[in-house]
Amino acid sequence: MAISSFLRGSGRIIASGDRAYKIWVGALLTLIAVGLFAYSFQLRHGLIATNMRDQVSWAFYVGNFTFLVGIAAAAVMLVIPAYVYNWGPIKEVAILGELLAISAIIMCLLFVLVDMGRPDRFLHIAPLLGSPNFPISIMAWDALVLNVYLGVNLAVVGHILFTGFHGKDYNKKIVIPLVLFSIPMAVSIHTVTAFLYNGMAARPYWNTAILAPRFIASAFCSGPAVLLVLFQVLRKRTGLPIKDEAIQKVAELMAYTMFLNLFLLGAELFKEYYSATEHLLYTQYFWSGIGPHKALVPYAWGGLLATVIAFFIFLVPKWRRNMLLLNIGCGLIYFGVYIEKGMGLVMPGMTPDTLGEIYEYRPTFVEWGVTAGIYGIGFLVFTFLVKLAVPIMSGHFTAVHADPATPAPDELGAEAH
Amino acid sequence: MNPETPCNNSGGCGSGSVDPGRRDVLKFLAVGATMATGAACDLEGFFRKSFRELSPADVRRMVTSWERKYSRKYGKAVTVSETGPMAGVKFGYGLDLSRCVGCRRCVYACVEENNQSRKEPQIQWIRVLEMDKAHGIDINHSDVYYDSAEVPRPGKFYMPVQCQQCDDPPCVKTCPVGATWKEKDGIVVVDYDWCIGCRCCMSACPYGARHFNWAEPNLPAQEMNPKTHVLGNRPRPKGVVEKCTFCIQRTREGLYPACVEICPVGARKFGNLLDPESEIRQAMDTKRVFILKEELATHPSFFYFYAT
Repeated sequence: MAISSFLRGSGRIIASGDRAYKIWVGALLTLIAVGLFAYSFQLRHGLIATNMRDQVSWAFYVGNFTFLVGIAAAAVMLVIPAYVYNWGPIKEVAILGELLAISAIIMCLLFVLVDMGRPDRFLHIAPLLGSPNFPISIMAWDALVLNVYLGVNLAVVGHILFTGFHGKDYNKKIVIPLVLFSIPMAVSIHTVTAFLYNGMAARPYWNTAILAPRFIASAFCSGPAVLLVLFQVLRKRTGLPIKDEAIQKVAELMAYTMFLNLFLLGAELFKEYYSATEHLLYTQYFWSGIGPHKALVPYAWGGLLATVIAFFIFLVPKWRRNMLLLNIGCGLIYFGVYIEKGMGLVMPGMTPDTLGEIYEYRPTFVEWGVTAGIYGIGFLVFTFLVKLAVPIMSGHFTAVHADPATPAPDELGAEAH
Repeated sequence: MNPETPCNNSGGCGSGSVDPGRRDVLKFLAVGATMATGAACDLEGFFRKSFRELSPADVRRMVTSWERKYSRKYGKAVTVSETGPMAGVKFGYGLDLSRCVGCRRCVYACVEENNQSRKEPQIQWIRVLEMDKAHGIDINHSDVYYDSAEVPRPGKFYMPVQCQQCDDPPCVKTCPVGATWKEKDGIVVVDYDWCIGCRCCMSACPYGARHFNWAEPNLPAQEMNPKTHVLGNRPRPKGVVEKCTFCIQRTREGLYPACVEICPVGARKFGNLLDPESEIRQAMDTKRVFILKEELATHPSFFYFYAT
């Protein structure tokens, strides 16, 4: 009863919206259609539809996966101060971080799925059903922690929304332990993902002890950047009371993590260039190219430039208080981290390959299409979750209002945006 | 289960290998998964156990069904051997760099013996690196695309690299589903029906020894080698990893690997590491051998040496 009225009301909220909302959802559905078309092509022909080959056997999909694990992990940056220190201004928006985490994890799992040669055998990695190679295979761990993290966030968000819908306070005995558990979980998903690369002695570029710290640092730059922009959008469109104080607090925290991120990059570059061993090749391929092979060089410097500019915008209090500059900074750091994780990690790690061959990888249209489709799914899930959460959080969508006896569906739709 | 044609619904394909209870548990999941991925009409395969969980009776049943299927597909009598490791045997390989002339005959003998995809993409389990005599072994500056019609080229030497059958194989460690393992005779094998195609093993292998079926393998029927082994050269499906198995279908029957047999200069030695009289042990006793990338502690069963 309670659940079905919640679900029916939720369906109504998602289906209704103003013109801008419908255009946005329509655009995402178009992206998803493109993705499905590209993926069906890839399924028919095999992964040869990508530009991955034996030399560069992981590439765009895995890079996007890695980046999005960071976005998912960064949700804790808001959750920690909100729940542990009970810091009011952030608390009301922390749930949005969890919604972002859910959407990002769904995208992560989809990127893993489309990268698999045999997606039909995905259950082979599931405990009990398959034969996961515990405890030695990091990939087996990664699949486990990602799914547990998704489950925890779904449970917390589902519970908060459900109780909010029925006009009750959420059950602290359930939520607080789960939230506390989700904090080490968030750190662990990104750490385990880093270890996946880190543990491969065959790839000197990844086989560095600061890889996991770098993953965490860069995730705590890009994840909150998404949220800062989102807060402003929601504030404007829904009147959700998000204080400047919360935005500025997050921005200040980001300045620290951005410094840490650049510092760790510098430490890595120093080690590589000063010792200048044979292992320098991979770093060189990314930053200056090897001979005529320079495909990634513009991205490397573009990404670094964006990261440095963003750092200064966030560092200087006067600049980060300027909302326009702040938003530019968010865009720059998002781009910078995307380059670092998406192209700067996976491809140079495999170029040259273990036998010294240089194969310059560039994604095919199919890869772009599938990737666009997955982002479409992720953004659509996020849009629906936010659309649902905002009226519940602001008390406009509750069991009382959603009761069929109260003739309010139109009014509801109007209030939701 | 049905590697080439996942939709093939011919009976018997390992259906006997599935525990009925397990099948029921998985039934509804499988339907959802099938719809979700769109890839699997291979429900029989979906319910199968990994090779190492199968009973000997199950393996025999599967072997028979594969033989029937392959024979039909390639229009010749295909045999699928399930010969296990011999007691007291651990295979070792020696490669004499001072003899190798870089002719790549081993590369193509291997392709013919082991039923690799011939084109689009062509899969080769042996890569021959051409390097400068002036610099010694310098893998990162080697060339695999030299013209083999003109070998040996002045100032160059050649180093074939294939699976080193490591005693501590990083590929086995990283596989998330246990679809690859080391057999008692030292051969690292892949279960083509359990591999999920995630390619972790390819990232982990320091020798570029693992190869992926990016497309449906292109194996013309007239070129298909009908003498196959379950864990070796039987035809592979699209989307799984494959690798050198020291010609498991030959060596477990007491034959040399194809690459050893074809080598025109006798650069390749092969034998039982546990037998002091074997060819490989003779080479190791009389020459000074080295292994590739020893700093990674993979402990290969593949040894390089300079005989002269």
